[in-house]
Amino acid sequence: MLKTDLYTINIGPQHPSTHGGLHVEAVMDGEIVRDAIVHLGYVHRSVEKIAEIKTYTQFIPYASRLDYLATHLPTLGYVQAVEKLMDVEVPERAQYIRIIMAELSRIASHLVFVGSLAIDLGATTGLIYCFRDRERILDMFEMTSGQRLLASYMRVGGLSSDLPEEFFPAVQSFIKDMPGMIDEYNGLITGNEILQARCKGIGVLNPDVALAYGVTGPNLRASGIAYDVRKADPYGVYERFDFEIPVGEHGDCMDRLVVRIKEIEQSGNIIRQALEQMPEGEVRGKVSKVLKGEKGKEVYHRIESSKGELGFYLVGDGTEKPYRVHVRAPSFVNLMVLPIISRGGKLQDIIANIATLDPVLGESDR
Amino acid sequence: MANNTDRDKALNNVRAILEDKYEIANDPFFIYITANPDSLLSLMQTLKEQLGMNYLSNLTAVDHGEEFEIIYHLYAIPDNGLKLAVKTRVLRGKAELPTLVPIYPTADWQEREVYDLMGIRFSGHPNLVRVLLPDDFEGHPLRKDFKREG
Repeated sequence: MLKTDLYTINIGPQHPSTHGGLHVEAVMDGEIVRDAIVHLGYVHRSVEKIAEIKTYTQFIPYASRLDYLATHLPTLGYVQAVEKLMDVEVPERAQYIRIIMAELSRIASHLVFVGSLAIDLGATTGLIYCFRDRERILDMFEMTSGQRLLASYMRVGGLSSDLPEEFFPAVQSFIKDMPGMIDEYNGLITGNEILQARCKGIGVLNPDVALAYGVTGPNLRASGIAYDVRKADPYGVYERFDFEIPVGEHGDCMDRLVVRIKEIEQSGNIIRQALEQMPEGEVRGKVSKVLKGEKGKEVYHRIESSKGELGFYLVGDGTEKPYRVHVRAPSFVNLMVLPIISRGGKLQDIIANIATLDPVLGESDR
Repeated sequence: MANNTDRDKALNNVRAILEDKYEIANDPFFIYITANPDSLLSLMQTLKEQLGMNYLSNLTAVDHGEEFEIIYHLYAIPDNGLKLAVKTRVLRGKAELPTLVPIYPTADWQEREVYDLMGIRFSGHPNLVRVLLPDDFEGHPLRKDFKREG
């Protein structure tokens, strides 16, 4: 046997496949990965400290910048946490619009996932198809809030405004075209032989490991555990919708891709039902102009974001500013298993593993 | 959301298992259990093994001046209807707690984050180094006495 020395290859922080500033130090033994050490913090902007010097309302735009690929999800989680802290009622119509926007965000985020996985593995065309369709969602965000990426549409007690007329035909035609889009992704990306070779059996995340490390969201479900906060601990009006939780079998990169494509379909189902059930009415409840968190009162509120369980922990101190805000970021927790699923694989598998764990660094680094 | 009877049942269940050893309170959302740092590990072990709380969702700390409060949010997968928050306090001058990594591996980076930003040490942690800030950074920014600019 030829004796080899371990050597290190740095992936990132400046590398397109790291989806932002992520640095992975790959410890190599020849072609085999012995360890993958994750270095975070390149996008750290002390969001939790900033929250302490902003009022409850002023923090909403910061929340939307946590997960900039699914802007309505972190803002929804944050405003719902504030509403729990202050016992604020939200009008029915606003509840439905929130869910429509949240599910559109989830679709947009999963489209970035599918497209960027394709391009990370060398299939540029895949990215173009997904971004073509995501564009239609961003157009809808622009109609509702004026912002395409970082919409601060959620408000404590409701929304900044009602949906405009032109939103309805746009969302209806999007939902109608969705089955065709999904067929295209499955034909072009999921069914692609090269992509399958790069994903099947790669980065296997054992369900026990996933549970132990607190992995949530599509990554956990791909490992075969049907756990979704929308079902386990429903928030908003999710209880009123009929949808399935797609799960995988093997917990490999392929399953993480397939589960997300199926989730896009389910989100479409939820949006369709929400549009049918949505009542007329106000989109903003009676909320006092000055929002104060009761002294000593605290809440922890969690939602199912596109990346997993996104939690907000708030502590009030009787003033207009929170005493403490903590964000339980699914991307941060999920990344903990990257070394585990990468060990024993090849260097190029780390790229597939990062892409399918789907971290968004704005959220993991905060 | 669980109704009142479900909540009472859950509360009684927790009380029965923990036998008056800990202070237990509740609000509409969580059951709060207060432990001292010495009994934290055995409490967590009991909650995991006897109540099936196998999922440590969140772990964070709050600066209360003289003391830090460390809070753990626990659930079960699959969900069993229980939502527990375990709280413990350490003195500012002696900010050290036992690590939960052997019981909940997910505590690894979350404890590193608390150490990094709040300056609380976790004894027995396998790799207690900063996770978000650079290694040569001085101070712990989420402490209330941290001097910030702007």
